[in-house]
Amino acid sequence: MNAPQPRAATLGRDRATEQVLSAERLSFAYAKSGTTFEDVSIGIGRREIVCLLGGSGCGKSTLLRVLAGLETARAGTVSFLGQPLNHPHPRSALVFQQASLLPWLNVFDNASFGLDFKHQPAIEASARKARVREALAAVGLAGREQAWPAELSGGQTQRVALARALAREPELLFADEPFSALDAITRAEMQRLLVEVVHRWHAAVLLVTHDIDEAILVADRILLMAGKPGHIHRQWAVDIPHPREDHAEAVTTLRMQILAALRATTEGAAPTLAAAPAPTPTPTHS
Amino acid sequence: MRMFAPLILPVFGLGLAGALWAVATLLLATDTPILANFAPVEALRAFLRLVADPLMWEHIGVSLQRVAVGLVVALAVGVPMGILTGVSRAFAQTTTPLFQFLRMISPLSWMPIAVMVLGVGDAPVYFLLAFAAVWPILLNTSAGVAQLDRNWLMLARSLSATRFETIFRVVLPGIVAHILSGVRLAIGIIWIILVPAEMLGVSAGLGYFILDARDRLAYPDLMAAILIIGALGFALDYAARWLYQHWLHKR
Ligand SMILES: Nc1ncnc2c1ncn2[C@@H]1O[C@H](COP(=O)(O)OP(=O)(O)O)[C@@H](O)[C@H]1O
Ligand SMILES: [Mg+2]
Repeated sequence: MNAPQPRAATLGRDRATEQVLSAERLSFAYAKSGTTFEDVSIGIGRREIVCLLGGSGCGKSTLLRVLAGLETARAGTVSFLGQPLNHPHPRSALVFQQASLLPWLNVFDNASFGLDFKHQPAIEASARKARVREALAAVGLAGREQAWPAELSGGQTQRVALARALAREPELLFADEPFSALDAITRAEMQRLLVEVVHRWHAAVLLVTHDIDEAILVADRILLMAGKPGHIHRQWAVDIPHPREDHAEAVTTLRMQILAALRATTEGAAPTLAAAPAPTPTPTHS
Repeated sequence: MRMFAPLILPVFGLGLAGALWAVATLLLATDTPILANFAPVEALRAFLRLVADPLMWEHIGVSLQRVAVGLVVALAVGVPMGILTGVSRAFAQTTTPLFQFLRMISPLSWMPIAVMVLGVGDAPVYFLLAFAAVWPILLNTSAGVAQLDRNWLMLARSLSATRFETIFRVVLPGIVAHILSGVRLAIGIIWIILVPAEMLGVSAGLGYFILDARDRLAYPDLMAAILIIGALGFALDYAARWLYQHWLHKR
């Protein structure tokens, strides 16, 4: 019990310098209900795209909100750029499944919303404008600054939401199933766009999704969350080069591995688990 | 020609009402000759004279100013209370029965008390109008807060918005449509309460003018004042509806 502790502590400190976010042994429960997740530790490196994959209801969104500082964990710690996190950090940004644009503001004002709030780092008005223009151009909405949200398609509103996040020049972007409400073609476009812009912005991403293909297409690392209470079941480092559509074989292999792991989690702690064939010889248990 | 088609039925309806009015005064005047003064032709003549009379416009101005003051006071009280009701469960539970109780009392019942406490003059009129108008504004505001998109509030929280920023940058703009429909109802109520409220202790305004016309036995003036009240009320409601539609379209 005593021996591994100092080691873990120094490991955490070393990592703090290269990691945007590190969470140790988090657990969480909503009032009047059982534990949502337990003993979850996650580190996200600078510029790393991490996908949190899992079936619906396993606690992904809740974990994301805890990591973003919107909810407080019952146990464990979250640190952002080496500092303990109590509130949403000004250098983090969120994108949700619904774009949630404010319908009384035009596209430009939506994308710059919140940049002048009291707890945000002060930026001059001219710099703020430049930032917002750049973000809107990056998501392909240059020239639509004066449009109203009601005039945009679903994909375009989600682009504005992404620009709103980028305008904050985030160190870490939290995205909770940002593309699940979109049609398949728009979704594929947006996945490509996301990878492109976060690379340009030097941002790290925590992307929550229940879509295996989405995770494989964008992630540097995939965390599989499962169980009740939820925990990180397995993880995979993905080093297939972009664009990944061009590496069908590697993608398919990984896809099969993840599917097999998912099947194992749904079969749960049933005794058949031991008897089930283990298709993947290189599991990295977290 | 086609442009005026939607006006045909409304104009016919109004014309029919005018005709009924003329026939009724004609029949009644055979028994009670004084009622001939209430005929539409007399009223129309008085109407044309009054709208050219600056004194009449002073009465109208005084009345409209009272409407404005009543509405502003009702907004100043109703919107914050409505937001509090929508935000705080405890506040809502504490106040709902009280509000429902007060709402059902005709504002005019407070008239004697208002005059005793606030004295004769404009103050009790303002009080009665605001008291009548506050309920639709309050109830619509709290309904608006309850229907706010939860994601907007989450967005505000993710930006570490202060309470002030959340209310002024998210909640208030998010419920403008609800407040405006409350305002429209409030204007309707104020306009109805205005005339009786102006019948006590004031010396200007449309309600005062009605009593004054009665005392002067100027019955055509009285009928003309009724026409003016109706027309102004119609215009006010139209303006409120336009404001509401305009806001919806802008979104
Ligand atoms: N605000 C809440 N209050 C109580 N329980 C909640 C709340 N939000 C989610 N839950 C419950 O917590 C569990 C995890 O939910 P969630 O984090 O949304 O899962 P996921 O995003 O993986 O679908 C679910 O069983 C859900 O019903
Ligand atoms: Mg979710």
